[in-house]
Amino acid sequence: MSETETKNHDEALELVAFCVGDQEYCVHIMSVREIRGWTKETSLPLTPPFVRGVINLRGSVVPVIDLASRLGLEQTKPSARHVIIIMQIGEQAVGLVVDAVSDILTILKEKIQPTPDVSSEAARGFVEGVLAMEERMINLLDLSTVLPRDTIEGIAA
Amino acid sequence: MDSMAEIKQTFFQECDDLLGELETGLIDMEGGDGDCETVAAIFRAVHSIKGGAGAFGLDKLVAFAHIFETTLDEVRADRLEATPEVLSVLLRSSDVLADLVRAAQNDEELGDDATAGLVEELSAFVGDKAGAADEAPAGGEDISFAPLGTAIDLDDAFGDLDDVEENQSFTIKFRPMPELYANANETVLLFRNLAQMGDVTVACDESQIPTLDEIDPEGAYLAWTIIVHTSHSKDELLEIFEFVEDDCTLEITSEEPSDDADEPELADDEALPVEEESPPAKADRAPDEAASGDDVASEDNVVSLVEKKEKPAAKEQASKEKDTSDATIRVNLGRIDRLVNLVGELVINQAMLTQGVIDAGLERGDSVEAGLEELKQLTREIQDSVMAIRAQPVKALFQRMSRIVREAARATEKSVHLVMEGEMTEVDKTVVERLADPLTHMIRNAVDHGLEKAETRIANGKPAEGTVSLTAAHRSGRVVIEVSDDGAGINRERVRNIAIEKGLISEEDKLSDSDIDNLLFMPGFSTVEKVSNLSGRGVGMDVVKRAIQAVGGRIMISSQPGKGSTFSISLPLTLAILDGMVVEVADQTLVVPLTAIVETLKPTPSDTHELGAGSKVISIRGEFIPVIDAGLTMGYRAEPADPLTGVVLSVETEDGARAAVIVDTIQDQRQVVIKSLEENYGHVDSVAAATILGDGRIALILDVDAIIAREGEALSFHENSLAATG
Amino acid sequence: MPLSVLAVDDSRTMREMLRLALTEAGFDVSLAEDGEHGLEVLAGMAPNVIVTDINMPKMDGFGFIEGVRRSAEHRVTPILVLTTESAPELKMRAKNAGATGWIVKPFDKDKLVDAIKRVAA
Repeated sequence: MSETETKNHDEALELVAFCVGDQEYCVHIMSVREIRGWTKETSLPLTPPFVRGVINLRGSVVPVIDLASRLGLEQTKPSARHVIIIMQIGEQAVGLVVDAVSDILTILKEKIQPTPDVSSEAARGFVEGVLAMEERMINLLDLSTVLPRDTIEGIAA
Repeated sequence: MDSMAEIKQTFFQECDDLLGELETGLIDMEGGDGDCETVAAIFRAVHSIKGGAGAFGLDKLVAFAHIFETTLDEVRADRLEATPEVLSVLLRSSDVLADLVRAAQNDEELGDDATAGLVEELSAFVGDKAGAADEAPAGGEDISFAPLGTAIDLDDAFGDLDDVEENQSFTIKFRPMPELYANANETVLLFRNLAQMGDVTVACDESQIPTLDEIDPEGAYLAWTIIVHTSHSKDELLEIFEFVEDDCTLEITSEEPSDDADEPELADDEALPVEEESPPAKADRAPDEAASGDDVASEDNVVSLVEKKEKPAAKEQASKEKDTSDATIRVNLGRIDRLVNLVGELVINQAMLTQGVIDAGLERGDSVEAGLEELKQLTREIQDSVMAIRAQPVKALFQRMSRIVREAARATEKSVHLVMEGEMTEVDKTVVERLADPLTHMIRNAVDHGLEKAETRIANGKPAEGTVSLTAAHRSGRVVIEVSDDGAGINRERVRNIAIEKGLISEEDKLSDSDIDNLLFMPGFSTVEKVSNLSGRGVGMDVVKRAIQAVGGRIMISSQPGKGSTFSISLPLTLAILDGMVVEVADQTLVVPLTAIVETLKPTPSDTHELGAGSKVISIRGEFIPVIDAGLTMGYRAEPADPLTGVVLSVETEDGARAAVIVDTIQDQRQVVIKSLEENYGHVDSVAAATILGDGRIALILDVDAIIAREGEALSFHENSLAATG
Repeated sequence: MPLSVLAVDDSRTMREMLRLALTEAGFDVSLAEDGEHGLEVLAGMAPNVIVTDINMPKMDGFGFIEGVRRSAEHRVTPILVLTTESAPELKMRAKNAGATGWIVKPFDKDKLVDAIKRVAA
């Protein structure tokens, strides 16, 4: 393999884009395990409101996060039209409830721009960068921020 | 080389067992229980470790094992008395040996200073024998016979010079002694091996054969003269005879190549080609074999021969039966886990099927129902069997603790006696593994904080040597492990003051003795101001508690001033299956572990009483028990439920704390498969784990102890402490 | 028919190494954990060669060799002693018990196989 090929290979990104409210977010396709229709969760007591609960994913207990609520937007009222994107975050499988999957993109890494200051303070913490696609602005989600912090620390301890 | 890597793995596993045996043996000796078999066993353990280490070229391990083994050999031979001083060095040596094994396993190098001191101490015991350590086995010699080993080496170094010469002739004079045959050596094989080295001419000297009536079946009467025409060296020829060199007279002379062409001087002996040589050994033995039983008449002989044929078959059967009784196979843990998971799925599937049959509205007494019942029974049996595969005695874990006690005792300069009981108690393998750290910490605490200094003990009329005991036992479907010491007990006054100082409680708080003891488990609590070099490693009892809770366990403390303290850990037998009661609370399905439930009841108005603002108690047979509203506690509803419309589960924790948990309805009682919430999320307060119901939905398993503890805290502490522990 | 070998050693590691080395050499390998077990196994088989450790629990190598030599079926079976002990007096004890040959651990695969072939009747 030539050097330039390696370089190009490094810089091409495949992303899955989805709608949350009227915003569009995306994640690396490699971190998406599967996309499934919404099913009713079993709620977890004494957890933050954005933790919707847990679902049975072929015998594993997987938490489901209401992404809109997590991002400080209006809480999702999930229905059969909503989807759950099962993400692999480190060792953990986590489901994100979103409105719909909108696109699968292949872009060059350099197309990703730093998060502009204008976006809301709350949302900024969850965004790694943004990319412009024609008229749309898509936020690259920082998956490490999605789970409640104490949960992650609790696991590390 | 995959198989070698696997064997190396086996070696390290075996080392664990051997190190355990070694330690147990040494401790038995220390306690005066060791007999000569104990000494032999510990010697063997070190010996086997050395042997395996040699095979893998783990030189450091071999070197230390060797001096250790040499010392043990002295003890075994009664040349060195196993005094307390000697045993102390031996025990520390076993620790260092364990370290060396661990280092070898992790491909690390252990600094020489780790072993140097002990090597010196061990050497002092064995005197000049210690020197042997250097030249002993680690070296490269692969196969040798003690006397001949050097000869082979010399051969390698110098022999080749004159051996490269083509075809030399050697005359070998060889007279076997009876021992040669007795040890199953065969002259014909020796000749065959010689024949492979070159052209061989064999002459047999039968002159020593006595007359038939004088013949001793065990005797050796033949001698041979063999002439070998070969390109091989004399030493190589000698090698063929190496097993028999002590059991024969052997003389090998080389002849000048010029003699080569001459006919061998065989005098009047007859020359025989090797192939036709009838093995005298066999000939000698054949009659003897038949007569080996007794001097029986020939007819009986036939019978006994027939019997002989049948007997091995019968024995084979017997030995096979024996094999299955205690035979073991080693199975990859991943495969067992997969099996456990599949059985879990089976349980869920069976539940779903049962649900489906109920939904289909089949009549009672239908054959499907009977079949389902059988399936349920079978599933349960499969489950139990699979769980038994994962069960492991706590012995290995306990053995590790004896080292911890030794180290702690040395560091604190206390004299400590460790008593262990119930080592064969079996617990799930994962539980055993995850217990190691918390138990280590508790044991250190017991020695460091629990036991007093010798002077203090003597002043208080106690023996100077402190006792720490570690016990395991099955108790009502759980395993209880206790660490106790005969020390001073918890200084409650001091604990209380520290808790106040740290803002964990306030001055006005009225705490029972047990409340004070439990302060030890609060995050940020440590009774020692200065971090001692032992217990204080930034880890408090709260971490121990968390680790134990993570495997579904509970920890309790009891203490008597002047008498000592006991920490008990209660653990589930398995992490995979739980007997539970399936209940409904505010449209949510919950599972309550059956072990926690004492009884279920429908309360009457006269049973329930208000106690202050919002707190209720219920009287069960004259006892007032606090009411816990599961829906409220779990945050499923904002308004308290009416106890009279629901069902009350009277529950009890390991340490006897009771509560009446109100739920809406009871649905079922069944086995559920425990699914971890931690795997993909994290710990959720009041929830022990999750499970999957017959309809594929997830239900949470209630952590009864946790909700009682939370209620308890709410009752007996102020709000500020709630926040700290919540 | 492949040569059959019974290897007796109390160390699991050694047994596995012997199994590997001997199986690779094309032998039919049986294993036993100590002298007692070895004699039990021998009750149901007739190996061409026996390889045994000396230092073992229950019944050591000397006892085992003597036991083998006492049995009518196996008294002519060659026995190689495989052990880390290299002391001459132990070697003599093994010989007196009836051992055919002596190999010092750690063993070299090829030499062990050679030795077995050499004594195999």
